[in-house]
Amino acid sequence: MKYDVNEKGYYGEFGGAWIPEMMYTNIDELRRDYLEIIKSEAFQKEFDQLLKDYVGRPSPLYFASRLSEHYGTKIFLKREDLNHTGSHKLNNTVGQILLAERLGKTRIIAETGAGQHGVATATVCALRGVKCVVYMGALDVSRQAPNVKKMKMLGAEVIPVHSGNKTLKDATNEAMRDWINNPEDTHYIIGSVVGPHPYPDMVARFQSVISREMRIQLLEKTGSEFPTRVLACVGGGSNAAGAFYHYLDEDLVELIGVEAAGKGVETKETAATLRVGTPGVLHASRTMLMQNEDGQITEPYSISAGLDYPGIGPLHSHLFTTGRAKYLASTDEEVLEAALLLTRKEGIIPALESAHALAALDKIQMKPDDVNVVNLSGSGNKDMETYLDYFGY
Amino acid sequence: MQNRINTLFETKKRDILSVYFTAGFPRLNDTAEIIQELEKNGVGLIEIGIPFSDPTADGPTIQRSSETALKNGMNVKLLFGQLKNIRETVKIPLIMMGYINPVLQFGVEDFCKKCHEVGIDGLILPDLPLEEFESHYKEIFQRNNLHNILLITPQTSEARIRQIDEASGGFIYMVSSAATTGAGKKVEDFHRDYFERIQQMNLKNPRLIGFGISDRATFANACHYASGAIIGSAFIKALQTGAMLKDSIQEFVKSIRDTE
Ligand SMILES: Cc1ncc(COP(=O)(O)O)c(C=O)c1O
Repeated sequence: MKYDVNEKGYYGEFGGAWIPEMMYTNIDELRRDYLEIIKSEAFQKEFDQLLKDYVGRPSPLYFASRLSEHYGTKIFLKREDLNHTGSHKLNNTVGQILLAERLGKTRIIAETGAGQHGVATATVCALRGVKCVVYMGALDVSRQAPNVKKMKMLGAEVIPVHSGNKTLKDATNEAMRDWINNPEDTHYIIGSVVGPHPYPDMVARFQSVISREMRIQLLEKTGSEFPTRVLACVGGGSNAAGAFYHYLDEDLVELIGVEAAGKGVETKETAATLRVGTPGVLHASRTMLMQNEDGQITEPYSISAGLDYPGIGPLHSHLFTTGRAKYLASTDEEVLEAALLLTRKEGIIPALESAHALAALDKIQMKPDDVNVVNLSGSGNKDMETYLDYFGY
Repeated sequence: MQNRINTLFETKKRDILSVYFTAGFPRLNDTAEIIQELEKNGVGLIEIGIPFSDPTADGPTIQRSSETALKNGMNVKLLFGQLKNIRETVKIPLIMMGYINPVLQFGVEDFCKKCHEVGIDGLILPDLPLEEFESHYKEIFQRNNLHNILLITPQTSEARIRQIDEASGGFIYMVSSAATTGAGKKVEDFHRDYFERIQQMNLKNPRLIGFGISDRATFANACHYASGAIIGSAFIKALQTGAMLKDSIQEFVKSIRDTE
């Protein structure tokens, strides 16, 4: 595949494993073993079975007729919000917990922003009876309270992180520090296609089930495996990577990632990394970053905790610079309106993150016969407070 | 030209005290004075920390000093300005330690040139992996007479230690335990096996032990197994007391080992 990671962990000029030596042994073990493990028949069988019976896959591909009518085109929603725990995040954590077991690890750590990855990690840890520690920025702990309660009920220890902006980046820093301090028994389940090689590739492979199913479902519903375009929101970029994966080499399929513009890409309060970022190294990966001229990482802002990250997975930096995918950005306000529109047209309340992709429907030219697939990465259950505040119900 | 790091290890085989501090902490313009006072008090080698917004290999003390330094306005360009005349007064080896991103943004080539100009002898960039260094930056370092100081940990395999020894020219930074900086794990408590194992490998480079060295006992213990030890977090804490720099530095060095 043209957009595959190379043997050094790079997508074009992006990626790699810029790790301190303290992480070398763990990362090296992963790098050497991950492909063999996840390609083995036994792993595949167990993974597929869990995706089916536990996650509830395949997730439906739903033709949104009233939304389609509204936009004068054909819009399908890939319903990752219907997965167990309410988002695409579980696809990855199921894969990684099986991998961690095969590596003999008995303790799991994770970072989380919106809390969806934290819940998905706590869930698989409960499922397999493994100890779980989740790092979460103190700000996110307060804005995503229902997910914190879920993680605790699932038996995870949630550690609020008070450094920096108290959001996803800081939670990731703290998880990396934990791993450095606990190299023997611990596996770090990263929640997106970020971090050192092989994480971006590994997580993309686990999420690729999204586009694998899309191809089958589209063929059934439209007579072709190939849509006109696929849209997905991008924080670190895992749901987008999963939705793009089996279309990367199909040049006729337009791929659109949607970042969080926050209060606008021209303001300081944004998380649209590809718009305002430059190449650098954060969290052990060379990728596009929001940073100042001294190379200090600047604080992102988004209404959605899951997109509030100053970096982006190296695959997306590569798809962006090569032009294979296009990246747009939706503002907080556009997102809230798009969420309400979907709710009223289809009776589906989307996650704030996913609503970024929906809001992009207003920004592109669509013909009546176009087939658009929006990856609905998660459910809005966790965001009810934000919605209620804004709409004043 | 002889590198000062090599001169140090050729002339002094044991009890080398190496001290880390974060540039820009406690105050923006303390850099030169801290270096001068450390030298006066018999410190053998100094690591000048470049603050970074996301120091993932550091514990709370260095995180906080970095945050303060950045708030104070520290950056790479300013730091080179502060070090411009440092070689008029200071003879001991000086090393810059920091994360790779600020160096990449400054430009690796420019950064190394500047280091050479002001009289820096080596760099410790924990998140610049050996493989990236060898394929992209090795020549630049050599041209500027800079040693790249690499780390090993209790988890590092023997084969990799050999590889790191081969690629090193100054000394090897032995991380005392699996830890971020300043962690409470006491050196004497464990990893004697690790220290002895490394000692018996007969590496071509001398070794300094760092991370978790905080007082007279931990320093003395580390010195049994290496040419000396590196203290960071404990020194940062000593600078926080608010006393005159000169006094806190003198008192701190005295608390670690007797004057020679
Ligand atoms: C529902 C949902 N979508 C998207 C994201 C963003 O992550 P990614 O870009 O990795 O898909 C999150 C992250 O928390 C999320 O909860």
